[in-house]
Amino acid sequence: MIVDKTGTPITETENIQPDTRHGVILYVEDVSVSFDGFKALNDMNLYINDGELRCLIGANGAGKTTLMDVITGKTRPDTGKVSFGQQVDLLQLDEAEIANAGIGRKFQKPTVFEQLSVFENIELSLKGNKGIWASLFHKLNGEQNDRIAEILHTINLIQERNYPAGRLSHGQKQWLEIGMLLAAKPRVLLVDEPVAGMTGQETERTAELLTSLAGEHSVVVVEHDMAFVRSIARTVTVLHQGSVLAEGTMSEIQSNPEVIQVYLGEEQG
Amino acid sequence: MLRINALRMITMRLIVLRLAIVLLSVFVCTHTYAQDNTNQTDSSLALSNIAKQLPKAKLSKMPPLVKQLGAIKDPKSRLILESLLEGELYYERSGFAIVRAQMNDDKKYVLSYLLTDAQQQTVSKSKIKKIRTNNRLRGQIRDVLAKLDLTDPDSSVRIEALKQLIDKPNDSAIQTIKELLAEEKDEDVNHLMQVILQVQLLKTGDDQQKLAAVEILKTSLEPAVKNMLTQQLAVLPKKPTDQQQIVLKKAITDALDTIESKRQFYGVVENIFFGLSLGSVLLLAAIGLAITFGVMGVINMAHGEMIMLGAYTTYVVQLIWPHLIEYSLFIAIPLAFLVSGSVGIIIERCVIRFLKGRPLETLLATFGISLILQQLVRTVFSPLNRQVAAPEWMSGSLQINPVFSLTYNRLYIIIFSLMVFFALLTFFKKSSLGLHVRAVSQNREMARALSIKSDWVDAITFGLGSGIAGVAGVVLSQLTNVGPNLGQAYIIDSFLVVVFGGVGNLWGTLVAAMSLGSINKFLEPITGSVLANIIVLVGLVLFIQKRPKGLFPQKGRSAD
Amino acid sequence: MTSSISTNSSTKETSTGLMAKLSGLRNLHVVIGILLLATFYVSVCNLAFAEGSALHVSDYTVSLFGKYLCYALLALAVDLVWGYCGILSLGHGAFFTLGGYAMGMYLMRQIGDRGVYGNPDLPDFMVFLNWTEMPWYWAGSDSVLWMVAMVFIGPGILAYVFGMLAFRSRVSGVYLSIMTQAVTYALMLAFFRNEMGFGGNNGLTDFKEIMGFSLQSPSTKLGLFIITALVLAVAYVVCHYIVNSKMGRVVTAIRDAENRVRFVGYKPEDYKVWIYVVSAMIAGLAGALYVPQVGIINPGEFSPLNSIEMVIWVAVGGRNSLYGALIGAIVVSYAKTRFTAIMPEAWLFALGGLFVLVTLLLPKGIAGMLPGIMDKLKGKNAPEEEATASEPSATDNSATENKGSEVKS
Repeated sequence: MIVDKTGTPITETENIQPDTRHGVILYVEDVSVSFDGFKALNDMNLYINDGELRCLIGANGAGKTTLMDVITGKTRPDTGKVSFGQQVDLLQLDEAEIANAGIGRKFQKPTVFEQLSVFENIELSLKGNKGIWASLFHKLNGEQNDRIAEILHTINLIQERNYPAGRLSHGQKQWLEIGMLLAAKPRVLLVDEPVAGMTGQETERTAELLTSLAGEHSVVVVEHDMAFVRSIARTVTVLHQGSVLAEGTMSEIQSNPEVIQVYLGEEQG
Repeated sequence: MLRINALRMITMRLIVLRLAIVLLSVFVCTHTYAQDNTNQTDSSLALSNIAKQLPKAKLSKMPPLVKQLGAIKDPKSRLILESLLEGELYYERSGFAIVRAQMNDDKKYVLSYLLTDAQQQTVSKSKIKKIRTNNRLRGQIRDVLAKLDLTDPDSSVRIEALKQLIDKPNDSAIQTIKELLAEEKDEDVNHLMQVILQVQLLKTGDDQQKLAAVEILKTSLEPAVKNMLTQQLAVLPKKPTDQQQIVLKKAITDALDTIESKRQFYGVVENIFFGLSLGSVLLLAAIGLAITFGVMGVINMAHGEMIMLGAYTTYVVQLIWPHLIEYSLFIAIPLAFLVSGSVGIIIERCVIRFLKGRPLETLLATFGISLILQQLVRTVFSPLNRQVAAPEWMSGSLQINPVFSLTYNRLYIIIFSLMVFFALLTFFKKSSLGLHVRAVSQNREMARALSIKSDWVDAITFGLGSGIAGVAGVVLSQLTNVGPNLGQAYIIDSFLVVVFGGVGNLWGTLVAAMSLGSINKFLEPITGSVLANIIVLVGLVLFIQKRPKGLFPQKGRSAD
Repeated sequence: MTSSISTNSSTKETSTGLMAKLSGLRNLHVVIGILLLATFYVSVCNLAFAEGSALHVSDYTVSLFGKYLCYALLALAVDLVWGYCGILSLGHGAFFTLGGYAMGMYLMRQIGDRGVYGNPDLPDFMVFLNWTEMPWYWAGSDSVLWMVAMVFIGPGILAYVFGMLAFRSRVSGVYLSIMTQAVTYALMLAFFRNEMGFGGNNGLTDFKEIMGFSLQSPSTKLGLFIITALVLAVAYVVCHYIVNSKMGRVVTAIRDAENRVRFVGYKPEDYKVWIYVVSAMIAGLAGALYVPQVGIINPGEFSPLNSIEMVIWVAVGGRNSLYGALIGAIVVSYAKTRFTAIMPEAWLFALGGLFVLVTLLLPKGIAGMLPGIMDKLKGKNAPEEEATASEPSATDNSATENKGSEVKS
């Protein structure tokens, strides 16, 4: 059972308030996941602080995407604990409940609702009651309209608002997905490879946006583009073979002998 | 080409099996003839000697003659005795040759000479005279004949004779059995003899003997034993006071329980056998579907019609070569594979490849094709069911014990479907084409990048899946009537097998088919077949709750 | 084209959503208008013109049209789940037939003692089976209210239970389709059994009257036809509202990217169950209206082929468009009537061919071609459209056109 700070049970997941008195919003403890004997995650321990911007790096197969799958409820870990704040056990919630509780995710491959317009994509993502009856009798109010306009402005898709999302370019889809994340007002944003397929200018703007989001939100970014990571990173976590190899500032990481060995080893192999 | 080889191999094996059986029977026959030859001169001398006496013998002189006849191990003496028993033994008034005479429709008599090889001839009654018998003599003849059977060199004749005796034993036969028991080497015959003797003891012996008989008889599954035990139990008083009777009653009750539990055990075994044979049919029907679904992710709703085409191929083969019914299946299996396989490839090339990535549309389009094929068959062959003949060697059954036998057609189907299964398994494991197919099924894009022609693989896979469905049709033609709706009955079942077993794993399909078959057969006697169907269906829907990807799911990130 | 959209939307940002809605509404009015006009026309021609007159519509034709309208209602139900939610149900015949049986039971009880055996309490087939009392589930079947309730409850419960089981465990795609087919197949087997208490093989038939009106009289037939048309109109409005609400957009999103919908915070399974139940109820209603007009309901209606035929109506008419479903149902049913009258053997060939051709060549159906045809009629250049973009983009185009005219005025 999920309880709020006063100990009363919470029935509606969108009312969940994670307990962050220790400054940590996301606890991943001793989590292991294996697929047919392959250990995708191996006793992974990771703590994300409230309001920080964290970059996750690591080679292919290091477990970055699996970690996101576990946090968002797509994959159930074999062992371990994942909690949102101190008290919300994420392993008891399904994907929709986790999303409503305040953990948003942008996928590696941009997935938007291609048949719906850009506007409708944002509309569907707005924070609010996601139940059936609420949807059936839903009317957008002025405040929500303003909010959508504001987000469209932020992600620079005002002009394309009535386009079916399927017609957007790859980079625009990435932006739309970020916009959908913003509309849900999550506490934690998990962003998987946000700048893949973006031009240099777009990448710069994305970096700006993500940095500005930190503070109010906690942002976890998975990215291969090291220049991009360097431009936004405060704390970087290096994953290797399903567990955390090193954690620290960018310069600490770059001088860490283990990291160098792993990466050089990779290059030699 | 490998798959054709595999099929040919299967065919060959079956031929070899048949050949072995034929050789065995030939051997048995020559063996008996060889034995006959050694005694021939002796026995024919003795026979003609007796035959001379028969026409003149008075009734009182007959018994020793009959006895002498019984001592001669010659088919001719047996024939004489049988004719005498049935009142058809005559002698010609001229020459005193003994003959078997049977009245024909013109009230004339057809004579067959029993000792010489002379031609049959038809004569009027005045030319011949009957050799008379009476009841006592007939009884004696029966005993002599029974003894002849019991000493027959062929053990199956002896067993048959004993089985006759077990239901209606008589004293002289019991006596004969007692004499023969010690010399009987054949285990089955020996066992049966013991059973008969014990049954007799149980009926007539004192309590001590009865108790001993019960001890021995409790291992026998002969229905007569069970009947006799029940009978004896009924004869005993309800609350016996005599110590011996109490013991006897308990022994009989225990023996009956033992027999009953054994019968139940064999009942279960029989159910498993039926289940496995149904499972084999399901396996054959479903495995093609599993392959196409696994590799291409599409459901071929015309799969059932591929089965139907296979069944009709068998029908056509028997129509073209009516004199080759015995071999028709061996012709039909490769032919059905080719017919259904080519239709499958045509469907894939003309329709399915244009619907890549749209599985639901593929489902609808193939359903349309299934309608067309059904109607086509209706137009060409008429909407009525067609009878497909079963070859001789498919009929009959293998008797394991008195309560349990395996019918040959089911047995062959189980063996055959397993052969097909393992042939496919080897094909996928060992051949390079199989490797390509597996590669495409696991990661189409990657396979393409490795310059595997996925289009070509699709067509071959579809042809292979359809071809196997055609083979399944040949098998089904041996079990049910062949009609335009034959396939429809199997498409849902086949799909359930695929769902149950999981996609992309042939072992899953095997286990799923066999378990669904068995579950069905175990439910059927309890619930009736319709309810069994429904229960299986509901069970499967619930099963999918727990294991959405079937028994043997493909794991990993690429799986979803 | 592209530039015109962006300039328009930058000049008048908020109007677009409204305009799309307006165009949708106009669309709604047109469909309902045509439906009611046609109904009115058929009724008048049936009543006002004597037999033999060129304008006369025979009673038989009225019943036939009534049947088509039931099919149209059914097609609406199939379209709702398939066109909008991507659930290809091959078992909607089950809901239709269950609704039909609910009505059939009521009509059976209305026969009273006028049956062959003249038993005032038991329907004929129960007397025939030597049953002495009615099974418990026949209790209350002589009441109209009970019947109306069961028409919704029967299919609704089946859809709910099946939906909960299937959608919860995330069964989808071809798996789901075959499961739905298996369910209707199992129901067919079950209803064929006499012990089920629904008349076995023969089903329920020999009906006499409905709510006191003789089913044989032409006026009752006309009445049933008009009621069917009105029910269809109401159902159309309801479906129209659903697919144009936020609910409809969530459902469309589920169709296109179910997993993504989860991560936005909606529970796709709940939405799917809901829309499946609504669709099942509409199908049940169609069945209930169908039975008094054809005079019989039997287990043959459960046959998987029937369910697949419904899907082809929608495919031909154009899924993802409500009026397309109506057109498809009526066109295909009419073709079937003609075909089976002229050359019965050819119907299955034609139907099979239709499946293949529509899926290969006409993925958007008749409704998908209409905007292009309309544009050609208007003499405008057909809008350049990607092959993948379907209905929403089509409405989008019409919306911008409307807006263009509004800006000019």
